[in-house]
Amino acid sequence: MRRSLLFIPSNSPAMLQNADIFGADGVIFDLEDAVSIHEKDAARTLLDTFLSMYPLNHLEIIVRINQIESSIQSKELELIISDKIDTIMLPKATVSSTMILIGQLKKIEIEKKLTKKIQIIPIIEMAESVLEVKDIAKLERVNGLLLGAEDLASDLEVSRSIDSLEILMPRAFTILAAKANKIDAIDTPFIHKDDEDGLMKDAKFAKQLGMNAKACIHPNQVEIINDIFSPSKDEIKQAQRIIEAYHKPENMHKGAFSLDGKMVDKPIIDRALKLIDKAKAWHLL
Amino acid sequence: MANLLTASAGTMESNDCLMIVSESDQLKIDLESIVYKQFKDQIEKVIRDTLKEKGYQKLHVHCQDKGALDYTIKARLLTALERLEKLK
Repeated sequence: MRRSLLFIPSNSPAMLQNADIFGADGVIFDLEDAVSIHEKDAARTLLDTFLSMYPLNHLEIIVRINQIESSIQSKELELIISDKIDTIMLPKATVSSTMILIGQLKKIEIEKKLTKKIQIIPIIEMAESVLEVKDIAKLERVNGLLLGAEDLASDLEVSRSIDSLEILMPRAFTILAAKANKIDAIDTPFIHKDDEDGLMKDAKFAKQLGMNAKACIHPNQVEIINDIFSPSKDEIKQAQRIIEAYHKPENMHKGAFSLDGKMVDKPIIDRALKLIDKAKAWHLL
Repeated sequence: MANLLTASAGTMESNDCLMIVSESDQLKIDLESIVYKQFKDQIEKVIRDTLKEKGYQKLHVHCQDKGALDYTIKARLLTALERLEKLK
């Protein structure tokens, strides 16, 4: 279950060794944009050595690789894939590039005799990705979609604005594709790292639209994002009341019943159960 | 005098180290570290173990350490060695 995913540049020892102290649900070790072209080799070796010596078992370990079919991508995948990794984040994803990645992962998992199946988070950051997102979301191993607004804005030839109006439709497409396939909709990071009010506003809006997690580009964003994407005390209390009412003998076999004068039926019960699962997972209960 | 190949990896930032490796007719390790007194032996051990693992018996290694942990020392040396091999 994800709320916050924190980007960590893979060529920075100071950041790597503190990756697990900021309270993020997952860390994204970045081999792509945060690493210069001349330091890709150093970054992948540093990351691999770090994970060999310091397994971060309580966090989701995600690695953002370089673009599929770039000269460095297949090499880095062969080095980096191991049981220490949970998920690969794929930049500039399309159906075709995600399928290539699935094939590469299958081959490496067999060769290295991995005990787990590496999952994929494609980044929806090109106009083409947005148009293909409903098909990308259906592919095996894809368990979340990250909207990448900065690259998308470049592709759309628009400027990014503080209200993010220019990404309203891509946000909606990403959410619909994710939710239709019961996977995570992960919102684009908020790049103004010192603007806490702006981050809160942006994250609340993303949650209102249907995003269930958000990427962070700075550790100081994690707590705010965790707060916003966690169920509130009132929401947890209400969910508990719904489940209690559902378990009453008079309601158990009804398709719908009434609580506080409002109808409660299966979608509301399912939502309450899901919310309680999240609250338990994040130690809010 | 023949030109001896040299390669490097890492940085002089805090928690990192700059590792410079050069061809040599003997094994020589120069170490500068902000924690020299406390960790000289440990850092040298990581360097020696990594060289042994990669089969190097003759090499000049110059490590400028800024408080790197073992994994960083090892990774920077591995990258410098790979870069040296590419020059050959």
